[in-house]
Amino acid sequence: MAQREILRDAGLGNDRATELTRSDVASELLRELVAHLRQNRTQLREEWVTRISETRLLTAMTKDEIFAEATSVYDSYVEALETETFEALQAYARNLSERIIPRGVETHEVVGIVLLLRDVLARSLFAKYQTDFKKLNRILDAYEPAANRIANTVAVGFVQERERVIRQQQEAIRELSTPVLQVRERLLILPIIGVIDPQRARQLTEQLLRGIRTNRAKVVVIDITGVAAMDATVANHLVQTVEASRLLGADVIVTGLSPEIAQTLVTIGIDLGKMNTVGDLQGGIEQAERLLGYKVTTLAEQR
Amino acid sequence: MEVPILKQGDVLIATFQAALSDADLNQLRSGLVQKVVKFRSRGVIVDVTAMDVMDSFASRTLREITHMIRLRGADTVIVGIQPEVALAMVQLGLTLEGVATALDLEEGLAYLNQKFATMH
Repeated sequence: MAQREILRDAGLGNDRATELTRSDVASELLRELVAHLRQNRTQLREEWVTRISETRLLTAMTKDEIFAEATSVYDSYVEALETETFEALQAYARNLSERIIPRGVETHEVVGIVLLLRDVLARSLFAKYQTDFKKLNRILDAYEPAANRIANTVAVGFVQERERVIRQQQEAIRELSTPVLQVRERLLILPIIGVIDPQRARQLTEQLLRGIRTNRAKVVVIDITGVAAMDATVANHLVQTVEASRLLGADVIVTGLSPEIAQTLVTIGIDLGKMNTVGDLQGGIEQAERLLGYKVTTLAEQR
Repeated sequence: MEVPILKQGDVLIATFQAALSDADLNQLRSGLVQKVVKFRSRGVIVDVTAMDVMDSFASRTLREITHMIRLRGADTVIVGIQPEVALAMVQLGLTLEGVATALDLEEGLAYLNQKFATMH
């Protein structure tokens, strides 16, 4: 009751007084709000969980799991409203994301459930203050910015965690995917598998050039059997790789061009005089051996 | 800074310093073209290991040197292009077409010796 008096006074005061006390009033209102949310915790939480399953969000999780997570999210939510600090919530969001991302929970689901909670709580406020419209307005003034910030924090936390996972995986792929192997003295092979984007193409080139220098290679076989298609940018990069290797004194043989890649290379009109291509890796290695002066025979032939 | 030209048997060796002006490059070109006949050299090695930048003028001069020396009856090989420099060059479209290249001085000498051997 006393609280209400204070609020009314503040509301009736002149503009200056309103300015001075606005933040006080807002936190006063938030406190009242938090008390309300604590009081109705069980009921609101259940309503939220029902809404989540109604809208078919978080289908990757069981009902019990959803309930458990909903409880922690609810408590963190109320705590964030109470303390107006978002660090704890941020940490929780990150932790939650870490657990649910591997299970295939999508961004729209996470954003969806936080917005649902916001709606559920807003509805309960409507119900509580339906007789006092002015009060409802003020409560919502205090509630909405905080709620939006919470939704934002959780969504951003989730997306950041996802990006971190993606970055980590990209790095792992990158490290795994560029072996430069020496098969004979002065002969390197570079088997390329998977999708080549400009960044990976550049990395491959750098790694190959370094490999040429450290292994003192004279011939390099680049095998692209495992590459289904490449766009014009990457194809041009391949040509550049061949030219750059030649500047270091190494001949390049490209093997395993798929029909689609052959089509791309013809379409962009590359100079085939610069490209030494052989159908498959075996043919490429055989030609490289000839260039290096090796002659591979079976023991039977030698006799 | 003038580029020193060393004679080693049948081969002339010119080693680039890090920073060369256009005038230095021109001087190197005329020096090499003169000396290749004067010393009756059969091969020329231009070592660019110390160069960390290769602009279009330097690249064109290298190509001109190669072609002029070919006309004077000897072979040229460019050695020691750094990986980063090679990458930058091809991105600028400076691919030194028709110019022989090798990894380093040793490879360059091996290349020329092989070439001499096949000419006999």
